[in-house]
Parts: sequence; C-alpha cells; structure tokens
Amino acid sequence: MTHDSHHTPAGSRRDDATGTHTVGHEWDGIEELDTPLPRWWVTIFVACIVFAIGYVVLYPALPGLNGATPGLLGWTSRGTLAADQRANYASHAKLRAAIAATPVEDLIRNPVLQRAAIEGGSAAFKVNCVQCHGAGAAGGKGYPNLNDDDWLWGGDIGAIWQTLQHGIRYPGDDATRSSQMPAFGKDGILTAAQVQDVVSHVRVISGQEAVSASAQRGAALFAANCAVCHGANGEGNRAVGAPRLTDAIWLYGGDRDNLTETVTYARNGVMPAWSQRLDPVTIKMLAVYVHSRGGGEVTVPPVTPPSP
Amino acid sequence: METMIMRTGLWLAALVFAVVAFALAADWAFAVHMVICALAAGIGLIVTLRSGDAAVLAGGVGPVPDSGRYDDQVIRWAVIATVFWGMAGFLAGLYIALELAFPALNFGIEYINFGRLRPLHTSAVIFAFGGNALIATSFYVVQRTCRARLAFPGLARFVFWGYQLFIVLAATGYLMGVTQGKEYAEPEWYVDLWLTVVWVSYLAVFVFTILRRSEPHIYVANWFYLAFILTVAMLHLVNNAAIPVNWFGSHSISLAGGVQGALIEWWYGHNAVGFFLTAGFLGMMYYFVPKQAGRPVYSYRLSIIHFWALIFLYIWAGPHHLHYTALPDWAQTLGMVFSVMLWMPSWGGMINGLMTLNGAWDKLRTDPILRMFVMSLAFYGMSTFEGPAMSIKSVNSLSHYTDWTIGHVHSGALGWNGLVTFGALYYLTPRLWHRTRLYSLRMVGWHFWLATLGIVFYTASMWVAGLTEGLMWREVGPDGYLVNSFAETVAAVHPMYVLRAFGGLLYLSGAVVLAYNITRTILGHNLRDEAPLGGAVFDPASDVPLVAATAR
Repeated sequence: MTHDSHHTPAGSRRDDATGTHTVGHEWDGIEELDTPLPRWWVTIFVACIVFAIGYVVLYPALPGLNGATPGLLGWTSRGTLAADQRANYASHAKLRAAIAATPVEDLIRNPVLQRAAIEGGSAAFKVNCVQCHGAGAAGGKGYPNLNDDDWLWGGDIGAIWQTLQHGIRYPGDDATRSSQMPAFGKDGILTAAQVQDVVSHVRVISGQEAVSASAQRGAALFAANCAVCHGANGEGNRAVGAPRLTDAIWLYGGDRDNLTETVTYARNGVMPAWSQRLDPVTIKMLAVYVHSRGGGEVTVPPVTPPSP
Repeated sequence: METMIMRTGLWLAALVFAVVAFALAADWAFAVHMVICALAAGIGLIVTLRSGDAAVLAGGVGPVPDSGRYDDQVIRWAVIATVFWGMAGFLAGLYIALELAFPALNFGIEYINFGRLRPLHTSAVIFAFGGNALIATSFYVVQRTCRARLAFPGLARFVFWGYQLFIVLAATGYLMGVTQGKEYAEPEWYVDLWLTVVWVSYLAVFVFTILRRSEPHIYVANWFYLAFILTVAMLHLVNNAAIPVNWFGSHSISLAGGVQGALIEWWYGHNAVGFFLTAGFLGMMYYFVPKQAGRPVYSYRLSIIHFWALIFLYIWAGPHHLHYTALPDWAQTLGMVFSVMLWMPSWGGMINGLMTLNGAWDKLRTDPILRMFVMSLAFYGMSTFEGPAMSIKSVNSLSHYTDWTIGHVHSGALGWNGLVTFGALYYLTPRLWHRTRLYSLRMVGWHFWLATLGIVFYTASMWVAGLTEGLMWREVGPDGYLVNSFAETVAAVHPMYVLRAFGGLLYLSGAVVLAYNITRTILGHNLRDEAPLGGAVFDPASDVPLVAATAR
C-alpha cells in the first residue's frame, strides 16, 4: 500500500526521511507519522492472546457463583503439591519405616540406615537447628558446638536422642533435662569480691592464670559452693549438665568478664523439646546426624550400683 | 482580598487543628507528625499573609497571571525536588544494599535498620523522585501540547507543596516505625487522606488545563498522564481503605484482610508499576523523545492501539505477584495470562519511542541526552519482556522470592524510569531557567556511562543471585531431602550483594554528576569550556501559549 493512495487528512505532509505521511496534527512542533502497525507486533500480540485463551481453557480460570472453571487438564496447585509430597515421601518411605522400627542404638551399627539417617538428619538440622547451633553445627555463645567431643549432658546416641526429644530446661516437658545453677552474685550467696575470687580459681584450673591470693581464696569458695555439681577439681558432671571447667571450651566465654557474669547471674540455657514439634523418625535421624558429627561416643552400658 | 481572607482562615484552621491533634496524640510518632503539619500550616499562613501585603499595597487581588508565558514556576520547583529526592533515594538504596551485604551496618539502631530504610528507599525513588518528575513533566507537557497555561495556578502550587508534605510525613513515619505494612503503600491513614486531597487537586489542575487547550486534539502524552493520575487515585483509595484505631493515633486496621487483602495489595502494587512507573513515564517519553530527536512520532495508530491495550490489560495482571500462594488457582491463571498478553502492548511504547529516531539515528553519536532516552527505552523493552516471562508460573516457581525480582524491578526503575527522567531533567533545565544550554553536555555523557554501567552491575549480579537462590532452595539430594539451609543460600549470594552495591555506587555517582551539572546550569555559571556536542534546538519565541502567540 502506498501512502499516497489513501486520503490524506488536512495538514498532512510527506516525511522525507521515511517516506511516510504525517497524520496532520501538530503539538508544540511534534507531528505523528501514519505508519501502519508493525506486522510482527500484531502477530505476536495475537499469538499471546491465543495462548492466553488456550491456557484459560486448560487450567482453572473463570470464576462463577459456585467456584471457577476447572480447566480441561483438571490441574490444581493443591493437587500438584500433594502429589509431589507423596512422591517425595514414597522415595524414602521404606528407609523411614526401617528407621522407625530400629532402636536408636542399633541405627549407628547399620551402615545403610545410618547413612539414610544422616542424610535426613542433615536436612532437618538445616531447617530446625542451624538458627542456634549454626549452619556447620559449630555453635556460638550459649549454643554448644556439636562437632567436638565435649558434651554437657552426654554424647552417646541414647543421651543425644534423649536431649533432642525432651530438650533442656524446656517448660511443659516433664522429662526435660533440668538443673539450675544458682545466681551466686545476684542472690547474695557470694559477695562481689567472692565472685571475683571464684572466677580467679576457675581461671587457674583452666590454665589461663597463675595462682594468686584471690585464686586461693576462690578455691575454698569453689569447694563449698561449686564442687557439688562441677566436681572437686572442676571436671564437670553430665548428670546435671555441669560443664567441665578445666579445658579451653567455654559455652559463654572463659574470660574474666564472661565468667563474672556467669557466676553472678547464672545462665541456664534452654533447648526446645523436639518431640513436641517433629515426628519420631526425624528426631531419631537428627540424633544419628549429631552423633556422626565427630564427637559421638560409644554407648556404655549402665553400671549397676553394688547392692549394700 | 476575599480569597486571601479565606486562604488565611484555612491555614489558621489547619494550624489550630494540628496543634489540637498534637495535644491529643495517642502515640509519639503521631505527635511528631502533627508538629510537622503545624509547621507546614504555619509556613502556609505566613506566605499567604506576606503575599497579601503586597496585593493590598498594589490595590489588586493578587499577582496578575502573565498569560504571555507558560506557568513554569511550579515546574522549576519540581525539577529541583526531583534532583533532591533522587539523591536521597539513591543514597538510601546504596546504604540498604550495603546493609544486606554487611549487616553490621545496621549498628543495632532501630531508625536505620533495613526494615525501616527499605520503604524509605522505595518511596523516595518511586514517589518522591518519580512523582516530582511526573508533576514537573506533566505540567510542562500539558501546557506546551495544549498551548494553554495551567488551570488553577494556586492549586498547582498547592499540589507541589502538598506533595512534598506527603513525602516528608511518609519518610519520617518510616523512620519512626509507622507503617500499615503494605508494600509501596506504607504510609498510615492520615497521610493517605492528605495524599488523596493533593491527588484530586492534581487531577483537577491537569484536566482543566486540557479543557482549556487551544489544540483540537489531545496529544498522546496527555492520555498517558491522565490515565496515570486517574488510575493511581482509584488504586490509592481502594488499597488504603482502613479504620483508624484511634482518631489521634498513627495506627489503622485495613478493611480487607487475608488473601483478599493480599490480592488488593498486589492489584495496587502491580498497577503502581503499571500506571505510575509505566503509563506516567510513557507520557514523558512521548513528549521528550520526539522533541529531542526532532522527528515525528513513528506511528499514530500504534500509539492509540498500544495505549488502550496497555490500559485495559495492565489492571488485571496483579495476581502474578501471588503465584503458588493461598490465592485461588483461577486468579493466578488470570494474572498470568493477562501478563503474557501485556507484552506487546508494553513494547508498543518502546517501538514508538525507538522508531521515532528513524531518520535521526546519526544524532546518537553527538547528542548525549538522546542517548539517555534511547538507553532508557532499551531497558524498558528488556524489563517489559522479563516481566511477562517471570509471570509464567513455571518460571515464577524458580524466580519468586529470589533476588531476580529485585534485579527485574531495578532494570525497569534504574534503566527506564531513571534514565528517561534524567533525560527530561537535562532537556528541561536550560529551557526553564532560560540558559543557552546545559552547563556541560560532556558531563551528560559521563552520567550516561556511569548510570549504564551501574545498571549492568546491578541487574547482572541480581540475575546470578536470583538463579543461585532459586536453584539452591529447590535442590533435593538423592535421598529426597533438601540439600541447602537458608543460611547457606545467603552466604552463597554474598559476593553478588557486594557487586550490586557497587552498581548502586556507580549509579549514585552518575546522579552526583547530574546534580552538579543541573545546579551549575540553574545558578547560571559560565558554560563549561568543552568540545561542542549536539542537542535539540530551542526557540523561546515559539514556547508560549496560543493567546500570546496570536497577540504577537
């Protein structure tokens, strides 16, 4: 079509650069050309509309009084999600059933189940545990490192499982691990000076300071107040979750300021009872995963106390 | 005189009301806002009384409008405000980008944490920078293309200052933690009411200027501006419908909750993009590109078809923000197909802009302002292709919630909205302040490269970050368990966050060059001694309303 052939409105002129006529309007010097719609533009626009109509026919689309048209494919997002979840669950259903049926102590002796439990435990750890214990399970201030062999409440598979299920000092779980260090300074059991003496002693037995007069006074206070839980030599006691004080591993810090805060106010950290939130298989897998991190201990059969 | 008394009374009433509201304030943030309102009313009162003195002395009824020139005073203010708020918004953006890369920069101070600075950034760039650019250009363009002065000059001034008050109330509110929690609609109910008053005034000035036109037809730029003003008014009213908890407090409850509230929010949110950042800025494009290129618009027919197609289709696309959520499947389907159909109508604007250069492509070698417009249209084309692509559900399942979305938004915002605004500012400033040309055209070239490189760093790093996140989130190991923790995906994209901040720094540096160039132009300093570059010719004699032209 040549542009000269159709009628040209008043004011229209031929634009030399393009050979197209203007439509004859002008605003502040701006004119408009009478270029037809680009064919490729129209084609793609129509193709998009055709695609849209096809999609509307195939998928849930048009709302009515009693719900929307379901679409020829019968597709629903809820259905897809349920199918995906079923498929995912089915992919490890056998292993989960086996894990459920196996006592946790035996899981770590079965290489196939152990590997499966570590995989699943690792995934669950990343969702539920990393917030406190860190993505690499290395812990942080107030949250124990799970990669080493220093355990507050025990590091064999049974102890870890117990801790995971019932938590630590977790309200609402009767079987939760529980102990309470007194706030020696705050509650007036020790004076501020005495707290410093105890701190001196702790820093001596952990090899951070040389023996001093303060530390010697602290040793007596330690024996009277602390040894009952932390042991006469500060070796700790897993029965009450009392940490060993003679090594270089500190949950809240081993410097004077942090130790002073710990002795003055006590810490009493809390971990949730996961049996209230996760299914038993996941908790078992978490126990195996944590046990596998490097510090898992061999289960020692309970020693029967000699009868009197 | 009567007008003056009425205005004085209004300001006085506003002042008294603000003081009373301050005294009754239910929370300290509301009290601070009422102090700001009282200050604004006080300034209004003083200005009215001072102008009144002069009017009484002159024995007249106020300043006589100079019908021989266009009414450009408000436009000059809005140009300065655009540059100022742009700098503030870009700086805030750079800072929050650094906060994401280095969280220590939150410093534990509530007023500057990411959660409060983020809406400050988005509102500053969209509503303060973009909004002032739209006010400036729409008032400029509507007068020129209608060959008529602004209707209601006093109301036009109120629109400008009222809008600045809205910006200040919104920004200070964010810092104090006042928010109704709706993205891009964070200001609380009383700020929303104030914006409604300002916006209706804006509509009145614009529509009545069009009605006063001396041209037989309404130019396409004005269709877009009008669609922008009208639709934003509707979106604003519906999305912000809320009941205040206390008439003197800064908290309200939205009328719509749950999935209905989410749908209304994204109907609003997407059309804030569609009508504020697309239709409004297309209005800008339709005037400044043909003017700067000195060429006729490529196709009148395309402008009509793509205008109506864009207006009709955009309004339905919002549900694509809620794919794979509690939103019913049918609404997700419609949101997706309307977005796909929107592709070509969006591209109509790009075609009409780029092809307008037919016969003038050589000017790109010599005209840095025209280069800005062309790059802007290129980014417009890219982001309006990327948008429909991301609205397709299978793409969205990968891109949703990732930084890809952030990259997409910024290729549109920095590329399209930013560059077209910079071009318009460079076009307007010498004309509004009667200078022969900008202080420096070479510096426009520097700005062009800084901005373009900044956008490339920004969008490329966010594509990589978004794909990384999307792929890591969905990665499932051979045993059927998720492989990555969220924290690991955050660590993985850290280098991309640093590159993004670098892109932002480049973009901000370009804006500093702009502010310097514009400031020296406004101050009338000697032109920078530099090798000459090309530009659009300006004839001040023809830049007058029709009444003045015929009188001459």
